[in-house]
Amino acid sequence: MWFRVRLAAVILLLSCGLDAQVTYDRLLKAANEPQNWLTYSGGYSSQRYSLLKQIDTSNVRNLELKWILPNQVFGAWQSSPLVVDGIMYVTQRPNDVLAVDAKTGRVFWQYRYTNSPDARVCCGSNNRGVAILGDTLFLGTLDAHLVAIDARSGRPLWNVAVGDPGLGYSLTLAPLVVKDKVLVGMGGGEFGIRGYIAAFDARTGKEAWRFHTIPGPGERGHESWTGDAWKTGGGSVWVTPSYDPALNLTYWGIGNAGPDWNPDQRPGDNLFTDSVVALDADTGELRWHFQFTPNDAYDYDSVQIAVLADLNWRGTPTKTMMWANRNGFFYVLDRTNGRFLRGNPFVQVNWASGLDETGRPIRTPQPDGQPTWPGNQGGTNWYSPSYSPRTELFYVSTWEGYASIFRKEPVQYVPGRNFGGGGGRVLTPVPGAPGVRIGRATPINNWTDAVGHGTVMAIDPRTGEQKWKFEQYDVTDSGILTTAGDLLFTGGREGYFHALDARTGALLWKASLGGQIVNGPITFAIDGKQYVSVISGNSLVTFALRE
Amino acid sequence: MVVATAGVQLVAQDHPGQYTQADIDAGTRVYNSQCAQCHGPNGDQISGIDLRQGQFRRSSSDEDLSRVIREGIAAVGMPPFALQPAELTGVIAFIRAGFDRTAIAARVGNPVPGRALFAGKGECATCHRVNGTGSRVAPDLSDIGAARTASALQQALLDPSSVMMPINRPVRIVMKDGKTIVGRRLNEDTYTVQIIDDHQQLLSIAKADIGRLVVETRSTMPSYAGKLTPEELSDLVAYLLSLKGA
Repeated sequence: MWFRVRLAAVILLLSCGLDAQVTYDRLLKAANEPQNWLTYSGGYSSQRYSLLKQIDTSNVRNLELKWILPNQVFGAWQSSPLVVDGIMYVTQRPNDVLAVDAKTGRVFWQYRYTNSPDARVCCGSNNRGVAILGDTLFLGTLDAHLVAIDARSGRPLWNVAVGDPGLGYSLTLAPLVVKDKVLVGMGGGEFGIRGYIAAFDARTGKEAWRFHTIPGPGERGHESWTGDAWKTGGGSVWVTPSYDPALNLTYWGIGNAGPDWNPDQRPGDNLFTDSVVALDADTGELRWHFQFTPNDAYDYDSVQIAVLADLNWRGTPTKTMMWANRNGFFYVLDRTNGRFLRGNPFVQVNWASGLDETGRPIRTPQPDGQPTWPGNQGGTNWYSPSYSPRTELFYVSTWEGYASIFRKEPVQYVPGRNFGGGGGRVLTPVPGAPGVRIGRATPINNWTDAVGHGTVMAIDPRTGEQKWKFEQYDVTDSGILTTAGDLLFTGGREGYFHALDARTGALLWKASLGGQIVNGPITFAIDGKQYVSVISGNSLVTFALRE
Repeated sequence: MVVATAGVQLVAQDHPGQYTQADIDAGTRVYNSQCAQCHGPNGDQISGIDLRQGQFRRSSSDEDLSRVIREGIAAVGMPPFALQPAELTGVIAFIRAGFDRTAIAARVGNPVPGRALFAGKGECATCHRVNGTGSRVAPDLSDIGAARTASALQQALLDPSSVMMPINRPVRIVMKDGKTIVGRRLNEDTYTVQIIDDHQQLLSIAKADIGRLVVETRSTMPSYAGKLTPEELSDLVAYLLSLKGA
């Protein structure tokens, strides 16, 4: 009897949200509390897969709109919300944080951060979300500060400078909390930065370790640079890492080399640009690396999310990492040591004829003025893929039939100025025809699929084979969510929100939300009811089953 | 060298409405030595003028440009330039080529007879509309002069399919119920297509109802090569170039 009373009291406490402390243990076991969405990718393995299955293939057609939260600022809304015990934390441009009742969309508080006028970003005032530990949220800012915010009051607790915004350093990624540390990586790959990853004490903001993505003299990998090119070598980080607690390794996708398009100014492989690095979570020590695109001439940032899964690999249980890269190849690596297990193109590729037995590309640069596939924005890009342990398929948004004509030109480094060294022009069927751009700002598609289109692709990681493909007319920058209800949720630039059968790719339901969807949907539950949220244009939209 | 000269002559003979490569090359030198100091390397250094994009304050035809260069504009401090005829032709060719030495530079004639050609002999208004007059079947041209260079307009008249924008490709839709719709797309997405049909009706069609959607890459517009004299062609280009919208 006493036990029952105590249990009831605990349940009451939980439901009142008084015990909302997000311990590291809860982050470790995030998958076991699918009513919440506790990290950027829904858990350390970054599968963006939820055990929730109230909404499934049989009833998804009964989804209805529950609430809309309009953004107060304009521009691509790339944030991925967290949901903690009924409260949603979402960022909006440039560096606002909102605490929202996830059931109704009503706002508890709003934190506004004023950036330094020195802040500069290549591609919009983007922020992709916050991290949480205990009762504290962590926000990276465009002027390269890391800010701790009280999750209940929205008041700042501490604020530390992580980089010099005047030199182009910025923070746009959602941080990742591991144990008692907050981990971030620096953006600014178009400004000739020397990128780095750093960890901060979650309580004080004191820097615990720093890893330079461009190794300096005496550091491992420095031999892949010539002269002083490493000093402006780029290697930005702008997407949240993954983490394997058993190996205590964090996995980071590293951005392009600087200057972006002129590899002649930086002879060598240019480590660790366009690579994945595995860093010890406690010390930042480099354990291994794998480079996807050596001496990159195409701006093929490897800022994709490392998707971790334990697969039966040719009869042996293997800790793998799946990676559909911007360069057009899909890779499977052994995440204990970075060993290349297999790889193959998932879209048309002509900058390389294939991969050798170590996974290194066999490069086939195209003559000047000739198109390169995939184009500048890649076969895929930063938006999150997904892996469903139920279907054992890897899902990714791709750009097909899309090429760029690249040009390289000498560029001198000027601190804080763009350090591109050329550019890429979208291949169009006639001169002067509109091509796809980095984002979509118009309801009219006058570029048409003649310059490329988007798909959702389901890939069997064991073979690299495409199992099915869902075609879209415009390209897509949407992330992907899969669920134990065998559903796949995704969007695209056209503003449709699609629910597909994760096994077959069949369209089961869609809603025309109108605005471009430029990050992945999430799912959560409150009072036993499953919700799905997605950001379209300037609106955060939440659906659940009709009562 | 001989071969190159022969090539230039061939090009000139093939396209009498165009400037030659030699003209453009000569113009490049003149521009860089005489004009770039004020107009800038990209031709956009003076407010309201973008020579490369064909945006002028006072000129539309080649003759207008020639007069401004020869006589100058005292009111704004542009001096007169005493250029040799070949130099004058060259600098206009360079401007018409969009500062691109490898581009085609079309001759731009007189927009007044060009307007008459548009409505009359050219029968352009049968399909196109300008400032409220003409058909909506083909794209409205009221601001085409702000969106296209002289060369692109000339190319569209001589070989329409070669420069037809993908969105303007003619579509033929056979509905599942057998009905056929012919028109031009205004917009398209994964599930729907919006068109203006050959009766000038706006239609939004669900792709689920479509049996077959054929997008043609050949334009339905006739070529004017051989149908207009070089002078008429340059006049029509001049008229189209003068259409800058409201």
